[in-house]
Amino acid sequence: MTDDLTSLTMNEATRLLRLGSLSSADLVTAHVERIERLDPRVKAYLRFTPELWEKQAEEADRRIRQGDAGPMAGIPIAVKDVLCVRGVETTAGSKILRGFRPPYTGTAVGRLFDAGAVMLGVTNCDEFAMGSSTENSGYFPTRNPWDLERVPGGSSGGSAAAVAAGEAMIALGTDTGGSIRQPAALCGVVGMKPTYGRVSRYGLIAFASSLDQIGPFARSVDDAALTLSLMAGYDPLDATSSARPGMEVLNNYAAGVKGMRLGVPREYYDVKGIEPGVKAAIDAALFILQKAGAEIVDVSLPHTDYGLAAYYIIAPAECSSNLARFDGVRYGLSEVDAPNITEQYMRVRRKGFGIEVRRRVMLGTYALSSGYYDAYYLKAQKVRTLIKRDFDEAFQKCDAIVSATSPTVAFPIGSKTQDPLSMYLCDVLTLGANLAGLPGISVPCGTADALPVGLQVVGPQWGENVVLRVARAYEEASEIRAEVADVA
Amino acid sequence: MPLSKDEVRHVAMLARIGLEPGDEEFYADQLSGILQHIDRLQQLDTEDIPPTAQVVEVESRLREDDPRPCLSQEEALANAPAAVDGFFRVPSIQEET
Repeated sequence: MTDDLTSLTMNEATRLLRLGSLSSADLVTAHVERIERLDPRVKAYLRFTPELWEKQAEEADRRIRQGDAGPMAGIPIAVKDVLCVRGVETTAGSKILRGFRPPYTGTAVGRLFDAGAVMLGVTNCDEFAMGSSTENSGYFPTRNPWDLERVPGGSSGGSAAAVAAGEAMIALGTDTGGSIRQPAALCGVVGMKPTYGRVSRYGLIAFASSLDQIGPFARSVDDAALTLSLMAGYDPLDATSSARPGMEVLNNYAAGVKGMRLGVPREYYDVKGIEPGVKAAIDAALFILQKAGAEIVDVSLPHTDYGLAAYYIIAPAECSSNLARFDGVRYGLSEVDAPNITEQYMRVRRKGFGIEVRRRVMLGTYALSSGYYDAYYLKAQKVRTLIKRDFDEAFQKCDAIVSATSPTVAFPIGSKTQDPLSMYLCDVLTLGANLAGLPGISVPCGTADALPVGLQVVGPQWGENVVLRVARAYEEASEIRAEVADVA
Repeated sequence: MPLSKDEVRHVAMLARIGLEPGDEEFYADQLSGILQHIDRLQQLDTEDIPPTAQVVEVESRLREDDPRPCLSQEEALANAPAAVDGFFRVPSIQEET
């Protein structure tokens, strides 16, 4: 019975909650029991929030009885360790923020709380969301629930693993270059990154501000769509949030793909390093979409080969600026006994930041430094324009773009940690959407070598409904559902 | 082009990241490898291409200048590693002369 409850989708659980045949308290208990059993091995969570789940589940049950419950009433969720929740230790997976308890709750999480969600805990991630495997966490690596010797992807690996292992029904992540979609693919769940500006970043610990977006993990497209719609929409506390109504992400999204034109970029289809098993799964998915009535068209994104290079200037440059605030003065790790303040900064940042964060701060600082700005940062921002134009042109010929989410399935822990470039290449199919500000989703599309493969759908700016429409039609036609891993 | 140890020391100072034994060689090696990949950007002619600073169209929005509640001094200082008399305490900023 317990495991039955943890394998429900949000949609199914909500029905049972409204019928009165299930209480949020029982749903939460089932999840907590499963977490106690599995998480010592999966390690999806960094910390738990019993004081919140008790209060929120009780409140949800009361409001369901009263008949004035919100759309996510009683649903257990997990929150990535970069999203501030008032009073809950939030560390961005970094030792430099150990002990930090935000004095406020960020908008995206706050909106889900207002909708009745129940928070189970804080999920592990690569430090400051920099990484593709969750091995860069300052605490410990998270394991892939489908094979504990492999990574869950990253940076939102804890959130993806929690949803895949039945340790949460919904989880929140952030996506700067693929950090929601890639772990969703590697863990066999649904993960969505919205259009830049769709979801307020107020209360998000920033990594690269021109790229970061918050989005959901779920075990169905409907669940992801509902969660996104509740977080989306203008927030006066984030000047980059759009005035467009959040609920428009749901417009007509259940209409099916009949008559839609789906573009397959040849540079993505034959991307260097794509595994044959991944390619076969994508071929099968394209066939299913075609049978469901979509027209598959050939498109080109000619600057794909330059995306990674542009991204690894822009993201580190922005992170070097954003992370300047970690100085040991206002929060986190400190060295107050240093002889002077410069020495304090140097010590705190050497000790508090892990290798990947220091590497990127150094790279970004170099790219922005006097004499190199034009050659690196300005050049990268111009190439970004070329990449955006590639997408604009492709969308003249198609309604959405489909490809693999990741060129590979989940890889063994430790296999890419010595070579940063090989790790960066994990994001080669996802980071274009960040550079161009586009919405994208990853949905499960079968397996290769018994490991999950993800199908990515990318749409034009503000076309979340288009992306969801393709993803939902695929989910329905393929009959492939995000399953809960047994965790051997 | 590979980074020299001098450049690593300069960048580390700009970034306020302390260096420990072995760090200079490590960063010089790692950053040079990444920059080697990044150098492919120079193959593209971007002479007439404007940079993308903001990827979606921005609507400039102004709000009324109404006072809103904000953090109390106590809340603002709650996470401070060291606070004294309502201030953040830091090591000396200037040497005594």
